[in-house]
Amino acid sequence: MTVPMTITEKILAAHSACDSVRPGQIVNAVIDLIVAHEVTTPPAVNMLAKMGISRVFDPSRVVVTPDHFVPNKDIQTAELTRQLRRWVEEQGIENYYELGDHGICHALIPERGHILPGQTAICGDSHTTTLGAFGAFATGVGSTDLAATLATGELWFKVPETMRFNVSGALPPGVYSKDLILYIISRIGVDGARYRAMEYHGSCIETLSMEARMTICNMAVEAGAKTGIIEADQTAVEYVRARSDKDFTVYVSDEDAEYAAALDIDASSLEPVVALPHLPSNGRFIGEVEPVSIDQAYIGSCTNARIEDLREAARILKGRRIARGVRAIVVPATSAIWRQALKEGLFEIFSEAGCVVSTATCGACLGGHMGVLGRRERCISTTNRNFVGRMGHPEAEVYLASPATVAASAVAGCITDPRVFLNADPMTVEAAPFQDDIHVGVS
Amino acid sequence: MGRLIRGRAHVFKRANINTDEIIPARYLTAHDEAELALHAMEDISRDFVSRVRPGDLIIAGGDFGCGSSREHAVWALRGAGIAAIVADTFARIFFRNALNNGFLAIECAGLAEITSDGDDIELDLDAGAVRNHTTGASRLFTPLTPFALELLEAGGLLPYVAQRRGVGSPNA
Repeated sequence: MTVPMTITEKILAAHSACDSVRPGQIVNAVIDLIVAHEVTTPPAVNMLAKMGISRVFDPSRVVVTPDHFVPNKDIQTAELTRQLRRWVEEQGIENYYELGDHGICHALIPERGHILPGQTAICGDSHTTTLGAFGAFATGVGSTDLAATLATGELWFKVPETMRFNVSGALPPGVYSKDLILYIISRIGVDGARYRAMEYHGSCIETLSMEARMTICNMAVEAGAKTGIIEADQTAVEYVRARSDKDFTVYVSDEDAEYAAALDIDASSLEPVVALPHLPSNGRFIGEVEPVSIDQAYIGSCTNARIEDLREAARILKGRRIARGVRAIVVPATSAIWRQALKEGLFEIFSEAGCVVSTATCGACLGGHMGVLGRRERCISTTNRNFVGRMGHPEAEVYLASPATVAASAVAGCITDPRVFLNADPMTVEAAPFQDDIHVGVS
Repeated sequence: MGRLIRGRAHVFKRANINTDEIIPARYLTAHDEAELALHAMEDISRDFVSRVRPGDLIIAGGDFGCGSSREHAVWALRGAGIAAIVADTFARIFFRNALNNGFLAIECAGLAEITSDGDDIELDLDAGAVRNHTTGASRLFTPLTPFALELLEAGGLLPYVAQRRGVGSPNA
């Protein structure tokens, strides 16, 4: 008799030569894809050197791009990327994406066809859960785990319990997958899925693009999850087939698989959500959020800087101007998205609205560069975390929202419902007047 | 074998102390423990580093170490002199990074509530007990699994792997 399993359990069983696995069991799994960037990889490379391991187990399974602090922001980061580049050369790693071809790794990997349904993937980065959108088991690890995997091609895992999220109905206009995941995290808390897999199902999920699904899986880690995962359906298979000719296996959860918990959500009842400082779980429907003034609007990161996100922001920014006193920064997630946005004329819209556009980088999302916040500055951002000090000064405030909400807020100068603009002709809606409250222009 | 660890407590009662607080990303350009240690916890406790003496313990609330996967968080705290962390619960990547570094992370619910800064705390790994010698209070915790203890005794995942030769496998 076969044991009913979830997708996550099936993938882990298949990769550890087990017929079946149960939550809590420790398995040693073959890792199909190892993603590496310049922050957490150099320490792993040093560890390997210290252990006398001179060769990566299988260079063809490794994909590398610098993303956090590119273009190099200072001498230290220049040295980190230099070490990364030298190691790529030494190891003969072919899948290396240099500046100009680079991107935030979690956005770059699917775009270049490196993740396939049914695979296992790790990266020294917590937002690796993004790749679960393709029906893969993908999770973030530290540098030691990265080193061990580079050395052996395998890594141990405790099989996680799975939580099931049944999302029915259609997202209303002006409400996006970012709002959905912020809503879910507000319901279960930043540790609501700790050690667990978050598995998303339902008619709403099935209608979402791969871009939108990636946003939902990306933020699984903000609920403490080990992985976020969605069954690879026709949409996912077509996306992958367009980018890879490799074989893969699609796993689906058994009807009678066991779940640790289940949550039913009616997407049609949702509104835009904003997560208030300083936790991603502080989500509120926009109607309950004070229209506080902002200093910066940031559209970027592995969470929400794919082409659809930029298009949604451009829909609102077209023919409008960023409010006085607001800096608006647009950071496409990859070089390919950057080129696509250029071709579609989105940069002209952003530029005419008063935004600046940067090359792909994790940048200010983690307070790295290209938009770091000063003392008591307030930013509305399409990123994933709003912890104390995340985007810069510990007294700065970060509000998390969808690209549409961020664009609308940039135009209004304060946190604003995007539906106000989406439902209106640009010529008939006036931006709110500039309000000089204590959070604007404080030195 | 009596595995006892005794040290002074630094208490962080709040839940969800995250990796951006433990070591802000602006310092991720380094990975030397001593250098990272200079900035451990600085965004929530300016004088934390100057108060820590080698062998001290952190006693914390739930979901300690949530957020990013940066192993720098473990290195910064160990570099600052922290010998072990006892929290209600740990975020999974932080916990894994701790064990992988041979750094002791114990889950013991409620200890932070009955501990004050400077209390004299003793952990008995074999008995699964923690005693507060300052107040006389004690708490039990689920002892670490044999695999976790082996990792700790080896000094972390890589030395463990090297010892076993069957690289990467906990069962090898």
